[in-house]
Parts: sequence; structure tokens; C-alpha cells
Amino acid sequence: MRSANRKDLPELPNEGLTYPDTEYFCKTRPVPVEPHFKAMEQVRNWARANSLSIQAFGTGCGAVELRPLMTARYDAYRYSVTGSATPRQSCVFVIGGYASVKTLKRIIVSYEQMQNPKFVVGLGSCTVNGGMYWDSYNTINRIDHYIPVDLYISGCMPRPEALLAGFIKLKELIKAGKCEGANKYAENFDWYKANQKKVIKNWNMPDYNW
Amino acid sequence: MKQLFERLQPLFAVSDFKKQHGDLAFLRIPKEHAEMLIRHLRDHEGFSHLVFFTAVDYIEDGVFRLIYMLHDYGTKNTLGVHVDIARENATMTSIHELWAQAALYQRELKEMFGIDFPGSPGVDEDFMLEGWDEIPPMRREFDTKAYAEKTFFPRPGRKSTEPRTHMQEQLYPNRQGGPDGGEK
Repeated sequence: MRSANRKDLPELPNEGLTYPDTEYFCKTRPVPVEPHFKAMEQVRNWARANSLSIQAFGTGCGAVELRPLMTARYDAYRYSVTGSATPRQSCVFVIGGYASVKTLKRIIVSYEQMQNPKFVVGLGSCTVNGGMYWDSYNTINRIDHYIPVDLYISGCMPRPEALLAGFIKLKELIKAGKCEGANKYAENFDWYKANQKKVIKNWNMPDYNW
Repeated sequence: MKQLFERLQPLFAVSDFKKQHGDLAFLRIPKEHAEMLIRHLRDHEGFSHLVFFTAVDYIEDGVFRLIYMLHDYGTKNTLGVHVDIARENATMTSIHELWAQAALYQRELKEMFGIDFPGSPGVDEDFMLEGWDEIPPMRREFDTKAYAEKTFFPRPGRKSTEPRTHMQEQLYPNRQGGPDGGEK
């Protein structure tokens, strides 16, 4: 499916929006991006793997581990991992631990605003199966039912060393061309959207934020 | 603190005075006199600070117990005022005119327990849960585990162990009998 076919797809209903917000947001869906020829894709993946910028959105308690990671002691800049200010400038989204339904809404907005290619790292046990909040009334259990996840770092909390190991693994995966989260999201857009709308009861935002 | 209770007794229907330790005590008052007592404590007894305001669900007794925790900066005393209200159509007088920040506590109680405070600013707005459509989640008849299993997608393969028997099997694998050990 190529980008040119974007107009052939059915429009998004955007039922959560009211006038005049309906005028401000686009109704088109995301579409998967076709890869270039293999050598070009390898060069691109090498470049992508070596310039990771983390989005500055601490979604849970695990975000506290990102501060020492960036400062002098663990110094993630050595591994070409840096921070960035806004979703649109970043390519790595670290889900820092548990995500409540209220946070999930913001996670989806931020994730959809990030530009391709984008990678998601689930940090901590809570992103895997809910962790110690698995039976809570407002903490989601599996983040990969709402946005595609490339890599999990388990632990409660994982130490900054574990995070560094995770980022090195992420770089390996990107270089191997296995981090196709954005395409996966576009291909299974309806499934992800149905899961998101199942838990977010007051859906008052556009169906696709970008 | 005991003197304070003796001073209050002729004026209000206070009961069940309990001194927890040196500067912390609790007392109980019926629902209809509670706001008057708290106003009196604030204006005439020096309890100028609302430390917190919360509720406990005593489902066996059919009541919510509201706890107003007041603090006196002069004597450094803390006084908890217990007010029992019925669980059905739980309603309570708002105290946002005494302390403006009480409105936020009341908004939270409305959302988490379903206790209504008519006239409190923004009490019907969403506080933390956005678009909640079940019974309030802090009520004890709300089954949080069943709700989580129904709503979220549990990852299969999770198993949990009872800590006591699990640790006994780990530490004393050869011991016979129940969790307490027993005869070998």
C-alpha cells in the first residue's frame, strides 16, 4: 500500500470532536510506508540507530530513571541517545512504567504526533503485564494492545544500566530492520483504535492526531 | 484535648472521644451538626488548618465515615472529626466556604465514593477518572479485579503464590504439615 492510495481509504469519523474542532483536524488515516531498495534501507537504518532522541514525556514512575541516564554518571549521550523537547522532534518513546487510562490518552496523542520512523520502549514490568497494578481499575495491563512496542525492559524499576542495555539492543533491532512499529500501527490501525476506544470512554479528540 | 472535649460537650452532640496520643484525638458527631462544629472549631478553638478530608467505606455498617482532620498551629493539636453518613444517596454539607481547598477534596470524594456535596464548586466535573461510567471505584462493592480483567487485556501466564506457603516451600522444603510447620 503506497502513500498515493491515502485518498482511497475511508475517512475517519472523528466522532469525538465538536464544531469548530472538526474543521481543524484531518480525517485521513495513517498509511504504511514502503521500504526503499535494500542497501538504501540499511544505510538509513544505520543512521536511525545512531541518532535516537527520547521524547520528554515521563508517563509513570519509571521516568525517574531517565534523569540519571542523561546526566554525567550514566551518560547515555555516549551511546548517541539524547533527549528532545516535543513529540514531533523525537523518535523514541519510553513508556515509563504504569500507564493509567488518563495517561494512555496523552500517550496516544504523543505517539501519533511523532514522525516516522518511531520506536517505543516499554520500561518496567507494568508495561508488560500491568506489574503490581495488574488488577487496578485504571491501569492498563498491556501497552502493546494500544500502541506497537519494539522492546521491553523488565524490572521494577530497571536500573539505568538495564536501560542502556535496552537501548543498545534497540539499536541492534533497528539496524536489523525489525523496528517497524509505525507501519504496524498503520496496518492494524482499526484494531488499535478499537482497543483504545474500549478503555478511553470519553473520546474527545481526533481519531488520528498529527 | 480532654478539656476541649469537655468544653464542646454542652454545645454539641459530640461523643466517642478518643485520645490517640499526645496531640492527636478523635471525636464523633452526627451528620446534621458536623458543619456547625467544624465552623466553631475553626473560628473559636483555633483549628485553622484543614489537614485532609477523606472517607472510609464501612460497608458492613452501611455507612461512609467522613474524617475531617483539623490542626491548631497554636497548641500543635490535631483533631479528627468523624461523621457517619448513610451509604444510600450519600450527601453531605459542603465546607468549601470554610476552606476553599475543601472543594477539591469534595470533588474527589464525589468521584471515588459517590458522596455528593451540593453547592461545592465543580463537584460534578471529572477529577481524575475521565469518562467513568461504572459505580465509583473506591466503594467496596466495586470489584476492581473483575473490572480490570474485563476491561484491560490481561497477559496470560501470570501466576501468583500465597507468600506464606511459598516461602515455606522455598526455605523448608522437607517440613511436613500445614503452613505453620507442625509435626515432622
